[in-house]
Amino acid sequence: MRASGRSAPTVGILFGGAAVYLCLVGIIETFSRRWVIADVLSLGHVVLLAVGVGAGYVAASAPPGRGYKPGALAGPTAGMVVGASLAALLLAGAAVDLRTMFINASPMLYQLLAFGRSLPEGVALLLLLGAAAGAGGGALAAMSARARHVFLTGLVAVLIVGVFQDLLQLLLQGPAVVTMLRGALFTTDGPSAGGAAAVCGLTWAAVAARARYGDALQRGAASLSPSGRRGLQALRWAVAVALLLVVPIAGGPFVAQVMVLVGLYTLMGLGLNLEVGFAGLLDLGFVAFFAIGAYTMALLTSRGDYGIAHWSFWAAVPVAMGVSLVAGVLFGIPVLRVRGDYLAIATLGLGEIVRLLVLSDALRPWLGGSFGVLLIPKPRIGGWELSGPRELYYLTLVASGLIAYVASRLQDSPLGRAWMAIREDEDVAQAIGINLVTTKLLAYGLGGAMGGVGGAIFAVLVGSVFPQSFSLLISINVLVLIILGGLGSLWGVVVGALVLVGLPELLREFGDYRFLVYGIVLVAMMLFRPEGLLPAAAQRRELHAANVPSPGTGPAVSVAGSGSVEG
Amino acid sequence: MRRGFGRHLSVIDLLLWVFRAAIIVTVVWGSIATLLAGRYSASQWLDFVGFGLAQGGIYALIALGYTMVYGVLNMINFAHGDVFMAGAYTAYYVAAPLGTSGFLARHLLSGLLLILAVSVATSTAIAVALERIAYRPLRRAPRLVPLITAIGASFFLQYSFRSLYGAGVQSYPDIAALSGNLSLGGIAFPRTQALVLAAAVAMMLLLYWIVMRTRTGKAMRAVAEDRDAAALMGIDVDRIIVFTFALGGAMAGAAGILYALTFKQVHFFMGFVPGIKAFTAAVLGGIGNVPGAMLGGLFLGVVESVGPALFLDGLGVPAPYQLRDVIGFTMLLVMLIFRPQGILGERLASKRA
Repeated sequence: MRASGRSAPTVGILFGGAAVYLCLVGIIETFSRRWVIADVLSLGHVVLLAVGVGAGYVAASAPPGRGYKPGALAGPTAGMVVGASLAALLLAGAAVDLRTMFINASPMLYQLLAFGRSLPEGVALLLLLGAAAGAGGGALAAMSARARHVFLTGLVAVLIVGVFQDLLQLLLQGPAVVTMLRGALFTTDGPSAGGAAAVCGLTWAAVAARARYGDALQRGAASLSPSGRRGLQALRWAVAVALLLVVPIAGGPFVAQVMVLVGLYTLMGLGLNLEVGFAGLLDLGFVAFFAIGAYTMALLTSRGDYGIAHWSFWAAVPVAMGVSLVAGVLFGIPVLRVRGDYLAIATLGLGEIVRLLVLSDALRPWLGGSFGVLLIPKPRIGGWELSGPRELYYLTLVASGLIAYVASRLQDSPLGRAWMAIREDEDVAQAIGINLVTTKLLAYGLGGAMGGVGGAIFAVLVGSVFPQSFSLLISINVLVLIILGGLGSLWGVVVGALVLVGLPELLREFGDYRFLVYGIVLVAMMLFRPEGLLPAAAQRRELHAANVPSPGTGPAVSVAGSGSVEG
Repeated sequence: MRRGFGRHLSVIDLLLWVFRAAIIVTVVWGSIATLLAGRYSASQWLDFVGFGLAQGGIYALIALGYTMVYGVLNMINFAHGDVFMAGAYTAYYVAAPLGTSGFLARHLLSGLLLILAVSVATSTAIAVALERIAYRPLRRAPRLVPLITAIGASFFLQYSFRSLYGAGVQSYPDIAALSGNLSLGGIAFPRTQALVLAAAVAMMLLLYWIVMRTRTGKAMRAVAEDRDAAALMGIDVDRIIVFTFALGGAMAGAAGILYALTFKQVHFFMGFVPGIKAFTAAVLGGIGNVPGAMLGGLFLGVVESVGPALFLDGLGVPAPYQLRDVIGFTMLLVMLIFRPQGILGERLASKRA
């Protein structure tokens, strides 16, 4: 990384600035309400500690290929500078009222920074702990890569237990054995110290065991007969499907509700992935298709003022899909001639035009304006109404499963190949006889149809549609999740939706910082891992063929990027 | 290129012609109907134009940042609208105490200059930091990579300021000396708008002088023409790119204050719509073209201000002002589709867009 070429104080100042920023946006205070270890360590302090450790680690790592090694004091120095930055914030807060400008500079924050002690003691503690954290970071840098991996995995496991404690406590209900386990792990406030130590120890043991026996297991799997390997594959699928079926039952209605949203965003992600991931057409107006699907469903089925047909859900879904498909093709026509970054702005404009028109008084007699369309009935199968989140979850699951199947078949079809050819180089694609117009319009149309299905399900899920629900933020949300998962990768869409939609819903305090984090995710992914968390096979192959040393260095970015997105 | 579309060309072209014709018919028919109905007086139309010019001056100042960055880097700095927001929002924390203490009423010019300085400094610093952190490492990446980074940076800035300063709307102080009208040859013109327009024009002239007459401006134009050749001529390309971002940021900071004077309020999302409008202005004038951005901004401001009344009122559209932004976005689409090189532009035609 770039920063490792810098001197320890510079690294300290950069990380210290980050720590002060985290304090002032309020993340530290919000996170301090969650205990990672009950009454000992809060998540807010963990984050600050991590910044100190990070500073020490970066300052103490030798910059690659410069023949220069930072001294033993580099880590503690950088950490101490981070502590000093926080101490400066504490002192500034004591001298003047920062709250007139920064709404989060509250007394609570100062108390956290001073560890509940007096000002001089707090400052001294910050400096000391900063230096200690930096020294810890330096020690991490000195470890062998393998030892570091084992050590950090254990700590991350403790962190995961702390962050997901509500969900885990919810899941650990039932038989006496399970309840006992829960009692051992958690106190009323959060994970107990003993529980955290046990989790950490067990993870260390598991990682060490995997390092010892993992290769043998993999060799064993590889040496299986073809039919055996197919069996293993089938087993994996069966486990995945079983998990998906059981989740809402085990987790209760709230988890089911969250999973419906994850499913909806997966649907839309699959659609946008056709456009951006496969065909390389960046679309910032994707929410328009979602809105068109939702409004078509609403108008066709609503029992309220604006309903025109009183159809059933099942009759309206294909129509919603068809209308959004046509809308996709129509949107595609004007922007066909626009390339690359202009395309992004043009589609953004189109999406905003749709939203503003729906919101306007001009179309109110038909679409309800800002009052929306109400009274959308739930879908029925025979006499059974799919009313609760659980039933709707299964509906979403089936829909996204079907669409994922379609998308995976499309990926390997001649059409999918044509899309990828356009993504890689439009002029060459045209030269080898691909019809750019039809191919691009199909990407827009099919992508739009998938977004439309998402919108239709959204309409019945909420029971009403309002123009306010269809802001640019939805388009960005979908874009971020497919980029996080990996452009062009189907599993990436699922992972992206789980991480970016599921997590903020489960962890309410993170929800406030959702779009802040999205911004950071977009920038960080492009800088350090443009191929995504679960890259599509083609991108991975390309990376290996290029023999890239590590993601994050300059050339790796351009090589990886050229596979994933092309203007 | 055109031949490659093959037999589908006719269908697509037909649809595009329908689109074009629909827009022309709407504009012409709407204008005639409105003028015949005579619901607006001549002084009302002048008010619309005056407001549009002031608004357009703000668009033009922001558009300069888009166009200069596009000129040297061939990328759209999607976060530029938020650079504009950052300056105005930060300067509020200087303007509010100056307003309540009465300093602004007593020393109008120095007070305004101080607020302007804070806004310009903040926007410039953020624009330069943006270039250093988010764009410079990706300069050799494919075109879409920096664009996605820019979208991320835009969201990061918006929601950082939301978390730092709060999600509410902050009101800029009222300045007594700027309220009321200025009489120019019998035509009343609100003083704020006159000041905004004058300041915007002054800023644009200053920028034009920097780009066209100074050594650094010359180097900037050389880098825009051909980065590698400029580097071979001994121009420090990195320094020039930073200078371009700084200059664009400064103009956005100034625009932020003019916006705050006009609308009297700031909030974290205020950069989004003006940002896209300013981009539209840059496209209108031909992106990469400095005088074009200025003209495009003023033109867009006037069309948006006059448009709802002129084009839509006569067609019987209820509450046409709600569709102000639709007019702006439609102009963007029409320009991108039918004349991407802009009204004045020559740059886009030679560099693939």
